[in-house]
Amino acid sequence: MPTPSKWSEARRNLLTEIKSDYVNIALPKGRLLPATTCLLKETELEFKDYTQGTRVYRLKSTKLPHLSAKIFQEKDIPIQVAVGNYDLGICSLDWIEELLAKYPTSALLKVADLEYGKGNLYLAASRYGNISSLQDLSTGQYSWRIVTEYPNLAEIAALNLRLRRFKIFPVWGAAEAYPPENADLAVLWAKDESEIKAQSLIPLKTLLSSNAFLIANRESWQTKDVSQIIAYFSQGLEMKTKPWLKIKPELTKSSNNFRPDFSQEKVWLALPDGHQQPPTSELLNKAELELQGYAEDSLERRPRFKLDWINAKVIRPQDMPLQVANGNFDLAITGKDWLLDHLCRFPSSPVTELANLGFGEVKVVAVVSQNLPAANIEQLKQIQDDRLSPLRVASEYINTADKYLRDNHVSHYKLIPTWGASEAFLPEDADLLIENTQTGKTLAKHNLKIMDTLFQSTACLIGNKTSLESPSKKERIASLIEIFRRAAKGNYDENS
Amino acid sequence: MTNQKCKGARDLLPKDTEVFRYIEDVFRKSCLSWGYQEVRTPTLEYLHLFTAAGTLTPNMLSKVYSFLDWDGWSGERVVLRPDGTIPVARLYIENLPQQAIARLFYVTNVFAFEETGNENRERWQCGAELIGSNKPTSDVELILLAIETLRNLGANDVQIQLSHAGVLKALLDELKLNPDEEVRLLDQILDGNWQVLTKAKPTNSEIGRLISLFLDLRGKTSGFLENLKALPQIPVNVKSALNNFAEIANLLDALGCNYQIDVTSTRGFEYYTGLCFQFSTKGEKIGSGGRYDNLITLIGGKDTPACGFALYVDPLVTLTQPQIKRNTEQGILIRCDRATPDSIRTSFQLAEALRQAGYVTELDFSGRQWDRRWIVVVPEKQSPFTIIDQTRNQKKEASSIADAIKMVGGST
Repeated sequence: MPTPSKWSEARRNLLTEIKSDYVNIALPKGRLLPATTCLLKETELEFKDYTQGTRVYRLKSTKLPHLSAKIFQEKDIPIQVAVGNYDLGICSLDWIEELLAKYPTSALLKVADLEYGKGNLYLAASRYGNISSLQDLSTGQYSWRIVTEYPNLAEIAALNLRLRRFKIFPVWGAAEAYPPENADLAVLWAKDESEIKAQSLIPLKTLLSSNAFLIANRESWQTKDVSQIIAYFSQGLEMKTKPWLKIKPELTKSSNNFRPDFSQEKVWLALPDGHQQPPTSELLNKAELELQGYAEDSLERRPRFKLDWINAKVIRPQDMPLQVANGNFDLAITGKDWLLDHLCRFPSSPVTELANLGFGEVKVVAVVSQNLPAANIEQLKQIQDDRLSPLRVASEYINTADKYLRDNHVSHYKLIPTWGASEAFLPEDADLLIENTQTGKTLAKHNLKIMDTLFQSTACLIGNKTSLESPSKKERIASLIEIFRRAAKGNYDENS
Repeated sequence: MTNQKCKGARDLLPKDTEVFRYIEDVFRKSCLSWGYQEVRTPTLEYLHLFTAAGTLTPNMLSKVYSFLDWDGWSGERVVLRPDGTIPVARLYIENLPQQAIARLFYVTNVFAFEETGNENRERWQCGAELIGSNKPTSDVELILLAIETLRNLGANDVQIQLSHAGVLKALLDELKLNPDEEVRLLDQILDGNWQVLTKAKPTNSEIGRLISLFLDLRGKTSGFLENLKALPQIPVNVKSALNNFAEIANLLDALGCNYQIDVTSTRGFEYYTGLCFQFSTKGEKIGSGGRYDNLITLIGGKDTPACGFALYVDPLVTLTQPQIKRNTEQGILIRCDRATPDSIRTSFQLAEALRQAGYVTELDFSGRQWDRRWIVVVPEKQSPFTIIDQTRNQKKEASSIADAIKMVGGST
């Protein structure tokens, strides 16, 4: 049995390490990484292993022994700095403003404009739709559908535009692919207007110009001496030549050129991008459903099926259950994990699983640090009871995590939504993680252990119950389900 | 003890609740006697009810409690009611559209985020709405109803401040701004920042002078408005709004109702179209209201003029001394020290009889309560009951329930 004293001791050791004049900085993955690496290198504030595709999350400064860094998804950085887990952070202004839009009193300071990563947040409509200017939005009783990765900024924009009625669909990505059929407007980031136009969109309004910023936690700024680190950045900003400004981020661009098709009888199918793309492609081959534009290296957001009664669109698997629920798609290929997460949030949703596709098998598990003396949720609860602070739970599956904690009668907890790379959060920034894993190897490598398995997940075909009843489509949908079932059958046979 | 109450939330303790109920009762009584009927609307409403242009300002909307319902996959958000009037207007459109005149009132809570958490995020209002009349007498009726309620609550020094959204909007129109600028200016004014209007006004024109005369001075009678009306080159829309304002002020003068005309007194009046009024006492705002002739069309009803007001219960609770005779200490406590099935039954029967005779009666089987005037001790066996009068320090015996009632009743 874990004893409270053991826990407090572990906790105290951790805290002493974090406190003192240790400075923690949160550094971005992804788009801003190459230029950030270059800036740090030029100013001689280098971190070992801060490179594209690195598998390490915790970095040590090569110069300053009291400075360490952790790599996060850019979106997580403002919140991590605001709650005080990190003293400093680097991320794009759009994510900072997205947090401040909802939580204006966040303890966040914008310390310096780092000038790179320039771009804008746009409100845009499809050039194939019937919106070409802001004036078109002020008419009628219509409820405008806005799709975005920035729901807070989108809501403020909608309020300021005095849209009489609007709905916001937060998405994990691929916002550009939704208008005009699945959304009227998108709020999205792009380098410039030409990039927006290249996606067959019309920029209606620039909501925000954004660069990379150095940010600080207010409390840290008031109590700690971080001047040494700031001086490195200042030195960089005062340099005559700034090579990091010239670095072009490598973007995996997908193309979105098409003529939309509004016909009601077609069957709308959502296909996944990312990890699930190759096995989905393989399954489609096996099912002899020929299509063009769904290759990994040249991804089109609207690949074309040879069967011309199928309309396909490529979006993030996380977003599919909600998109199927509101009728934007009849069918979608996603993970069971995302379907269950959606059903935890919307128990009466019309989305249902139609076929198990067999691939993409993962377990959704509850994970804690190896150093934590808890082997199961009951023991974790006992430890929790001795603490005054709430259990910090990080997860991409925020609704699944919420249900798991409710079902296990965990009384006092805080949910920290993450956008991937959640294993980096333990143990400093969260106590418990609800995460998917294939083999458990990555978790073990990060000194984490699986405490509980919530469920098994595989890729599946999901559908909207109402579409299944639709007189104009139900036969086609039924035949497509049958094709997928037959093709997938091979998958389990191989597996078993 | 750790504090588990939500930031910005408030508990009403028995003493506060007593005052709260008293305010509510006084308000209900006034409204009912003026022919108003009580309604209740749900705590949850769709967000879009409040986003229609001309209902709430973006600043107010940025403070609503909105979220997706359990079936909110379509993205339709719901809110905790941020305003009392708009839901009643919706209720009218959906249920009472055939009623030419609807006089409705309600006691309700409204929710708005407040950053510090020192102010209440849930506030209570006593509101009344008069739907279907565009007559100045209706504006006056509401002011008088509010004043009568406040007077019955014991507030005799209520100040009334009058403003007029119609005049303001007409003046804004005369500035001939582009629609974007006008919306921005109006938003700021609505949030209480009147300086922007002073800055925006043209310096050397009739309209600039009129704005100054209107904004910078405080009028005490309708004469102030008559003076403004008499100025040269008053634009026609401003004039008709001023006429309406003066007509109401004249009626109030005739009724001996004192007020101050202060255009800058009102804020957050986006849906108001005509007279706006505000009540305060001892420097504290305790209510406000106004005319909102366009609201019902904006949220999908047919063209219907209306006006209303709300009194703010939270400041009133601290300002009101309820005229209630406190009879809790006068109450009766039935004690049953040796609880047997028989004695428990007798205790409950005795309590019922006493309650029916009109006495507040508590029961105590724990032997720990003594703090009431009368203590009736029920013995283990049937009667006699011991009756203790704690005020007079007397002890008597009663042989039956009827006897006990007589003894308690006889001495109060």
